[in-house]
Amino acid sequence: MSHNTLVEIRNLSRSYGALQAVKDVSFTIRQGEVLGFLGPNGAGKTTTMQIISGNLAPSGGSVTIADHDLLEDPRAAKGQIGYLPESPPLYRELTVDEYLDYCAALNQVPRAQRLTARENAKERCGLHDAGRRLIGNLSKGFQQRVGIAQAIIHLPPVVILDEPTVGLDPIQIREIRALIRELGRDHGVILSTHILPEVQSTCDRVQIINQGELVLNESIEGLEHHMKSASLTVAFHQPPDNTALENLPGVKSVQPGKDGRLRVFHEADRNPTDAILRLAVEKNLGLYEIRPGRLSLEQIFVDLTTDTASENAKPPDANTTDGGV
Amino acid sequence: MILTIGLREFKSLFLSPLAWSILAVVQVILGFLFLSRLEVFQLYQPQLMAMDGAPGLTEIVLPDLLGNAAVILLLVVPLLTMRVMAEERRNRTLALLFSAPLSMTEIVLGKYVGILLFLLVLLLMIALMPLSLLAGASLDLGLVASGFLGLALLLAGFAAVGLFMSTLTQYTTVAAISTFGALLLFWILDWSGQGIAGGNWLAYLSLFNHYKPFLEGIFDSADAAYHILVIVTFLVLSIRRLDADRLGG
Repeated sequence: MSHNTLVEIRNLSRSYGALQAVKDVSFTIRQGEVLGFLGPNGAGKTTTMQIISGNLAPSGGSVTIADHDLLEDPRAAKGQIGYLPESPPLYRELTVDEYLDYCAALNQVPRAQRLTARENAKERCGLHDAGRRLIGNLSKGFQQRVGIAQAIIHLPPVVILDEPTVGLDPIQIREIRALIRELGRDHGVILSTHILPEVQSTCDRVQIINQGELVLNESIEGLEHHMKSASLTVAFHQPPDNTALENLPGVKSVQPGKDGRLRVFHEADRNPTDAILRLAVEKNLGLYEIRPGRLSLEQIFVDLTTDTASENAKPPDANTTDGGV
Repeated sequence: MILTIGLREFKSLFLSPLAWSILAVVQVILGFLFLSRLEVFQLYQPQLMAMDGAPGLTEIVLPDLLGNAAVILLLVVPLLTMRVMAEERRNRTLALLFSAPLSMTEIVLGKYVGILLFLLVLLLMIALMPLSLLAGASLDLGLVASGFLGLALLLAGFAAVGLFMSTLTQYTTVAAISTFGALLLFWILDWSGQGIAGGNWLAYLSLFNHYKPFLEGIFDSADAAYHILVIVTFLVLSIRRLDADRLGG
């Protein structure tokens, strides 16, 4: 698996009138990598993807796809990408085969290879039996697959998928995820989603965007490290006072967790496990569970995206000292 | 690549009943007009024979037929062009074309070629009517050629205007009505300003005034240039409009 940089995005920004949808975003995608693009609704995910796919011109910054600048040499750059927008661009009156042939032709697949390209794409997306059916008559899940087939028919180095699993049933979601993983082996994949487990199960790297800014850009391993945050989950048969735990060296705070468990937050370099064990034995608290706490991706996501929201909310409060409202 | 889009557009037209019904309706109405004109000719044939330098069969039948055809197609072409971009925008399928390695010019020209192919079919079917007279009479083929060249140029202009209007909106009906309005306005421009001294520029802009000479068998390169100018202008405007789609928000 090589690690060529396929897409390089530098200082990308885009504004719609006064609204700045994307602010100074930079990142790269390498070959054999699935990049998860996370963010709340309206964070700028789709805008960023539209820019990378050439559907929208950026207000500033540059996009380089496989050494071709998207603005200076759009034709060469666009030949290197396959794009599935939020709503798949399907012609309902065509059959799957007709549609895929048209897509192959549009993406300049040589005439002699179109049949194999189409069969290959259908095979990968589980569409082998749907070739002669009208797209308009297919279920949502199958339409979504046709959308993905369209994006990979010319075997582009970069595949951009905007919320590919929306509206699918759980089995289809698993299949599509497996397909994305498979694509990630030799293509570079950008996957936008707001479904967090999807990112954990399919992506190599995670980016969280909020209000147009990248707030996290981390590999999944790095994120795992993040997630093993400085906390412990403990459970007692006879829980002690919170103050007894808070007084232990290194402990910052104690919060009640699920099912009577307690979450003990501590300083990163001073793990109070020993002290808690000793306390439990001395006071006969009936300790039956103690394990390092794990932050879920969801928590990281919520922390990162709500932090900025509350920061943004602060300045007006600070200015209006009278507090008119 | 232009042809790929064009052929796809052409085939898609025939997937809906619209194309078929347009062909049928136009053919029935023009067939009726053609036959009634032929009747007129038969009625006056003895008198015409007696006259010196009387108009021939072609001169009586063809200009009238093509004049009516132009008016009917003025109504029909907007229906044909309305969906070409507006529907793509509405169904959000434009992303497919925008993210493919194509330039805006190729997309617009491809769509335009698709409409032209359909109009060519329509034109051939209309041409069959006067040409069928060849079986029993002799025609002034020069006049026929000039007339159909005029109609072809006119329709190509209609299509360009329709394509542009279709890029402006996502509502097909809005595209149709604005195309119809624009074409009709261009058609009747010469009604105003008649009798004004010093060159009537409004009348000069009128589509009709640049179509009439073709029907009389006069091929004036200025008229042809006028039509080509209309076509190029609206195609360029369409390309600019789609580019603005990408740039604007």
